[in-house]
Amino acid sequence: MRADDCPTLTFLTKPVLRATREIAALLIGLTLPRTATRVGENDNESAGSEVEAMTMTGRAAAPAPTATQSRSGPIIAVERLGKSYATGGGPVVALTDIDFTVADGEFVALLGPSGCGKSTLLKILAGLLPASSGEALLRGSPIIGPRRDIGVVFQSPVLFPWRTVLGNVLLPADVQRLGRRAHEKVALDLLSIVGLEGFEHRYPWELSGGMQQRVAIVRALIHDPAMLLMDEPFGALDAMTREQMNLELQRIWLERRKTVVFVTHSIPEAVFLADRVFVMTPRPGRIADIVAVDIPRPRTLEVMNTPGFGRHVSQIRGHFSAKGALDS
Amino acid sequence: MSRFGNPYLRIVLLFAVIGIWEAAVRLFAVPVYILPRPSAIAYAFYNGVSSLVYVQNLWITLLETLLGFIVGTALAFVLGIAVALSRRTEYYLYPFIIMFQSLPKVALAPLIVVWFGLGLTSKVVNAALIAFFPLMVNTIAGLRSADEDRVNLMRSLDASEAQIFWMLRLPGALPFIMAGLEVAMIFALIGAIVAEFVGAQSGLGTLIESLNFSADVAGVFSILFILSMLGLLLNQAILQARRRVLFWDPSTKAAPEEIRRESAL
Repeated sequence: MRADDCPTLTFLTKPVLRATREIAALLIGLTLPRTATRVGENDNESAGSEVEAMTMTGRAAAPAPTATQSRSGPIIAVERLGKSYATGGGPVVALTDIDFTVADGEFVALLGPSGCGKSTLLKILAGLLPASSGEALLRGSPIIGPRRDIGVVFQSPVLFPWRTVLGNVLLPADVQRLGRRAHEKVALDLLSIVGLEGFEHRYPWELSGGMQQRVAIVRALIHDPAMLLMDEPFGALDAMTREQMNLELQRIWLERRKTVVFVTHSIPEAVFLADRVFVMTPRPGRIADIVAVDIPRPRTLEVMNTPGFGRHVSQIRGHFSAKGALDS
Repeated sequence: MSRFGNPYLRIVLLFAVIGIWEAAVRLFAVPVYILPRPSAIAYAFYNGVSSLVYVQNLWITLLETLLGFIVGTALAFVLGIAVALSRRTEYYLYPFIIMFQSLPKVALAPLIVVWFGLGLTSKVVNAALIAFFPLMVNTIAGLRSADEDRVNLMRSLDASEAQIFWMLRLPGALPFIMAGLEVAMIFALIGAIVAEFVGAQSGLGTLIESLNFSADVAGVFSILFILSMLGLLLNQAILQARRRVLFWDPSTKAAPEEIRRESAL
């Protein structure tokens, strides 16, 4: 029962298994061989999250993902990364001394107020902006331009109105000439996972904002990227839709196990979604703290009312009030 | 039943105006060379059509207009793309574009008739010249209007510039291009008629001139009626094409209301 019930156990995929898993996972269900090896490894990690687990469903024993990092090795490594812009009044430092690694399958949130450089950092990771100093490595190779193993979700859905939902989802396959036929089934599977079954031949302007953003998420996953970059993807949605989308995103993530870097300026959203929260402060943009969130998954909206959740939120909020980061 | 009023009343109103016109002209004995009666215009129209004179000339003018439209818009489209994609092309072509754009193109018609003769060619050239600018300007504006986020999305997928053009910029420019084509079509008709005025052997413009010369004002009015119908028809053709191509454009068609509501999440 546990193997079926606990999709969180798919972290520790070894590189050899990875390729087969990606394909298998897309064809649904073939996750058994890996969960078997992992059950034993999790036992020591479940103890710390017992309190929060009380409010959860029977899946309490899910591991805190941070503990697994060292074993699978980083998929993203950022080293002394900096970014400055030349302006009329001299150079402006947007990012300085950014150092972190992200483990394969980990969910990381970049949290900070406007102007802390979190979107700039994401653009650098996406290969849309060059770094001024230092480097970012994805699977060991430096990110120096757009790469085909990255999926990006922007703040707005950025759908093409002349393409159907399916056509929009297949855009990466078209651009990268991966073959429509092969990816159509994958697309339909992903669309049904996000609850858009039957909408594949609709046009984006026939959908609500939340549905459009789900299409954008599916589009980012279709070419099976190594990591998913999300730039405040739910920022434009109303608060209630946003909560639903957070739940949805967690569910997709639990099923797909992509490495996710999620930019947000909402502390609860970051704590709710992430395994680790990178707290960023502005002027110059840097990572002030990295907070590991040891709340077991799947997290429900009720988890936001638990003391453990509140502790994380206030710990993070402390960074902003203490350092006067939000004073301006 | 339309949202704004009764469609039958609209037709009744149209006939009422024609009736009042007929009555007023008869009542005040307005000379026929100033303002003919609608019945006289209808008679002239019937005569012209049944003798095939109007049909032959209409065909000539239609041919000039369509050929001019095709040649002018094809050149405008190609040049518009070149200017939109290359700042260097724009830099060198800019003085020419500005010079021609500010020039009233109809003023070139006498020169074009001298250069290309009294036949079909000079009409096509004139129509093309006048149809050219609205489409070129719109093509440039449309191709440059591509949304920054969409371009970033394509870049993040490692799309080539050619792919960004074909998959994003060109479809995104279609609302502008269709609007340009709409104007260009009517402009081509104007260009053809003006060139016929300046010098031609056949065509509706030529017919107007000769009827005017023989003080057949009712005949002139009947040609004006044909021209207005022709303009309407050509415009409708473009609008139909636009509806096909731009089914996704919000200004063409709004999203069905109930789908929006049912998908509130």
